[in-house]
Amino acid sequence: MNDSTPLLSIRDLRVSYGNIKAVLGISFEVYEGEIVTLIGANGAGKSSTLRAISGMVPYSGSITYRNTDLRKVVSDKIVALGIAQVPEGRGIFGNLTVQENLKLATWQRKDKPEIERDYERIFGIFPRLKERRGQLGGTLSGGEQQMLAVARALLSRSKVMLLDEPSMGLSPVLVREIFNILTEINQAGTTVLLVEQNANMALRIASRGYVLETGNLTLTGTGAELLGNPRVKEAYLGG
Amino acid sequence: MTYLFQQLLNAMQLGSIYALIALGYTMVYGILTMINFAHGDLFMVGAFLCFIAATFLKLPFVPTLLISMIGVALLGVVIERLAYKPLRHAPRVSAVITALGVGLFLENFTLVFSPYPQHVPELIANKTWVIAGVSISSLQIIIILLSIGLMILLDQIVRHTMVGMAMRAISWDKTIVPLMGVPLNLIISITFALGTSLGAAAGTMYSLAFPVIDPYMGIMVGWKAFISAVVGGIGNIRGAMIGGFILGGVEILVAAFMPSTYRDFVAFSLLLVLLIFRPYGILGKPRPQKV
Repeated sequence: MNDSTPLLSIRDLRVSYGNIKAVLGISFEVYEGEIVTLIGANGAGKSSTLRAISGMVPYSGSITYRNTDLRKVVSDKIVALGIAQVPEGRGIFGNLTVQENLKLATWQRKDKPEIERDYERIFGIFPRLKERRGQLGGTLSGGEQQMLAVARALLSRSKVMLLDEPSMGLSPVLVREIFNILTEINQAGTTVLLVEQNANMALRIASRGYVLETGNLTLTGTGAELLGNPRVKEAYLGG
Repeated sequence: MTYLFQQLLNAMQLGSIYALIALGYTMVYGILTMINFAHGDLFMVGAFLCFIAATFLKLPFVPTLLISMIGVALLGVVIERLAYKPLRHAPRVSAVITALGVGLFLENFTLVFSPYPQHVPELIANKTWVIAGVSISSLQIIIILLSIGLMILLDQIVRHTMVGMAMRAISWDKTIVPLMGVPLNLIISITFALGTSLGAAAGTMYSLAFPVIDPYMGIMVGWKAFISAVVGGIGNIRGAMIGGFILGGVEILVAAFMPSTYRDFVAFSLLLVLLIFRPYGILGKPRPQKV
């Protein structure tokens, strides 16, 4: 695996907001076809890492996608390159209908018939979104909003999907449903970078994981290795 | 009764002009939560471009209108890029002060070239019809129909096009919009172009209806249009249209039935009372502030 070139390569990433240092120089990579998870507590720098990759916050260090240095690329062009993000808190436009939320995510695409086919595919994965097509995004439940957020990321035809805490605020049943869908999406060819506080669920589906603690990467391994690691067990899996 | 209908017609004319200008305030507020206090002065620049095109280029109405709208749209986009964009993450009050500064700049820049009031030539042949005692002029018909046409066009753009969808998305949460692959700066520029060109259309029509123009003409009209936008619910496009017609109606009717010096006093008092009962305006909805 490691002899191929990574799809996404993060080198010495540092992110700060004024005097607050959120990420203190981390390096990791994501290879094509993987599910990589960053686990860690609140404030460990997980969201900041994803925001940096999507070009939403200034950073130092380098982020490379294939052979492109993402520092020179603006956020909307990063999406066009193939990196979609399902942001923290889902980022649904509450004043747009479900259909409009989906349509907006096709902004970069010109292939009309393909888009129509993708809608059908997405409504196959999330039948509830089809039922609620005409409803405003703000009227959806938390789980439905999460589905809509994932659906939007799928519609951008991304190669890499970044997900920021998709389990947040969802019931265990819905969390399992979302994670099953993520596994399916991954098997269909999308590489996944998953940021989670719910370490148990994330490590179960992950090919590899990293533990992020107060801005530093402290542990790494396969999903199974980290699940079995006593330190991870104690700190993130409730002993 | 005839007198009332006559005044209602005049109210429609004034109201449609206020509504067009109010749209510019409300669109910019909707996407940037900032009041573009230079907007009234862009209305004035629109009137001056109309004057220039009609007097020096001797153009008829339609090309004059287009020159005014396109010229002011370009100016609006440049102002946003140079003056407001660098302040996008600054406190809102900085942007508002900057907007006031831009307005003063536009007034005084125009004053350099036009220290005296100018007279705008008659671009629309003046015909008047009398229907059931109410006289209606060709200019009034054009102002009312053109304004309503432009408002319907804008409403359709915002509701049914991808750009309009992106504008509405920005008004909800502009940080998420680039994650959809939507170029934020382009949409903001388009919003400024649309809003300011409507202001210019209003400036052109206003200068045909009241053909003596000066660099300060945008101040009072701008304030009234801004108040129209607030009354309708700032950030709400249909609200701005309704607010414009309400303000135009109140002003004309006050002037029609009371001493005309009471006009602004009564109009503003009524609006203050309305805001006590509906602080978010007629169509505005309270929304929790995001942190």
